[in-house]
Amino acid sequence: MFKRAEETGAPALSFTFEGKPLKARSGDTIAAALLAADERIFRTTPVTETPRGPFCLMGVCFDCLVEIDGVPNRQACMVQVEEGMQVRRQSGSAEVIS
Amino acid sequence: MSATTKNRYDVAIIGAGPAGMAAAVEVTKAGLSAIVLDEQPAPGGQIYRGIETSDEKRTKILGPDYAAGRDIARAFRDSRAEYLPGATVWNIDSALGIDVSLGQGSKHIQAGAIVVATGAIERPTPMPGWTLPGVTTAGALQILLKANGVVSDDVVFVGSGPLLSLIAAQMLKAGVKPRAIVETVPQSRYVAALKHLPAALGAASYLLKGMAMMLSLRRAGVPIYRDATGIRIEGNGKAEAVTFTSGGKSHRLETTSVALHQGIVPNQQVTRLLRCEHEWNKSQHCFVPKVDEYFETTMADVYVAGDGAGIGGAVAARLRGRLAGLRIAEKAGRGNAQERRSVTDALMREAKIRPLLETLYAPSPEILAPADETLVCRCEEVTAGDIRKAVDLGAPGPNQVKSFLRSGMGPCQGRMCGLAVSEIIASRRGEPISEIGYYRIRPPLKPLLLSELAALESEEAVPVDLADESAALH
Ligand code: FES
Repeated sequence: MFKRAEETGAPALSFTFEGKPLKARSGDTIAAALLAADERIFRTTPVTETPRGPFCLMGVCFDCLVEIDGVPNRQACMVQVEEGMQVRRQSGSAEVIS
Repeated sequence: MSATTKNRYDVAIIGAGPAGMAAAVEVTKAGLSAIVLDEQPAPGGQIYRGIETSDEKRTKILGPDYAAGRDIARAFRDSRAEYLPGATVWNIDSALGIDVSLGQGSKHIQAGAIVVATGAIERPTPMPGWTLPGVTTAGALQILLKANGVVSDDVVFVGSGPLLSLIAAQMLKAGVKPRAIVETVPQSRYVAALKHLPAALGAASYLLKGMAMMLSLRRAGVPIYRDATGIRIEGNGKAEAVTFTSGGKSHRLETTSVALHQGIVPNQQVTRLLRCEHEWNKSQHCFVPKVDEYFETTMADVYVAGDGAGIGGAVAARLRGRLAGLRIAEKAGRGNAQERRSVTDALMREAKIRPLLETLYAPSPEILAPADETLVCRCEEVTAGDIRKAVDLGAPGPNQVKSFLRSGMGPCQGRMCGLAVSEIIASRRGEPISEIGYYRIRPPLKPLLLSELAALESEEAVPVDLADESAALH
């Protein structure tokens, strides 16, 4: 299980994942905050709709794609949590230019 | 350091790890103007990730090698280089014009010289179950610890390389004992590596550190399985267990968190985009851009410093960054030959440990030749068998396999499968991988949001290559 190794004084932020209220620390990426809450499944794949979660946490693999405030295809490991963000799992395909 | 106001610079540096930061310090010291474009929100790169915000306790857990990044970051902040965080480079043209995405907008920068300091990525490790949620790279867990102080308490580490034991030892210090280490180094490698030991003694501090880490893990009672083969990750929708054979017995370890590692390789995206020449480095088992003694690529005024020029480690990365910076200054008539020579000497000392590491921790045979049903391209869900079939049908190289199967066409643009695909094609065709080559990399280097593209279109024409390969990211 994932957890915080330490308590720091970093201020807490609130956001939601699939409508569920969660807490993050300021400076957390969405991926880090979700993992700290032990959420593992971030999206399903476009081809076979298999569940995936973050793999590299450094912007390389794109397995952490989520929908943030209605915008799909955002890398959860590259975007920092902001107060009130609404994050959803990305399911299957979403249109964007690659 | 000042905020970005202009768009012409003597030097543009991509990446703010040890190489990028050092290059920025050198060129600005010589009076050149420089901008550092960094995808991350703060300097440090992956090796010193979170270095400016990590408190005493966390820095202690991560150790003195990590703490050394503080001074490097401070020197960089004190320099006259402009720093642009949250900046993703998505195209560079042959006249060294750089397109940068800043989240909501795009920016065009014109550079006189470019230092590519985009470092390394973890080698792709295709094996059964590697796409299950809960399976990450070992580096990913280290990033969580460095930047967020988040840890997992039942990690099974699988693979080989100095980073694997380093990260396991750091987790232990952070108070969470890894569930196990499953090492894939074949017995025979220890014998082969022995001949490099005398040279490596010239860098004895690395050897001693490695031994101390293993000792701390063993003392803590972390089980270490050696020469493991037949590794599979099992689970229904999430990682649940790792199975493998070691010491003639089969094992099954239950866990929710598996960390894979088979060493690191240069991140080739930018140098490939620029059509710099690359060559196969047999000892490191990866492609590296061809560079001269000052880390200038085959494209004039484009340098690649740090691990992107071949894996050398953090200390070497910084030295390479300095060397590239000194060379750029020299070309601008502001050279310091004496300093350049002392950096070159230090680089040679740093290189002494590499042959031993490269022999001992060469990638495991299993990930180089994955079973037919193993997924290789994670994005488009293409298996090793699909790739072999495409080769049998006549696809001669990675780009043809890509158009047959869409492998490498997903959002990661081949970063996660490129080396494995080249490897599989080479062995199927019985040709050297140097002949097979690698994917052709086109812009945009990272998928753009529709909003960014729209902003761009209103400003200027869409780059040709973008229209030409406008495959939708599903
Ligand atoms: S976890 Fe790999 S890109 Fe985000």
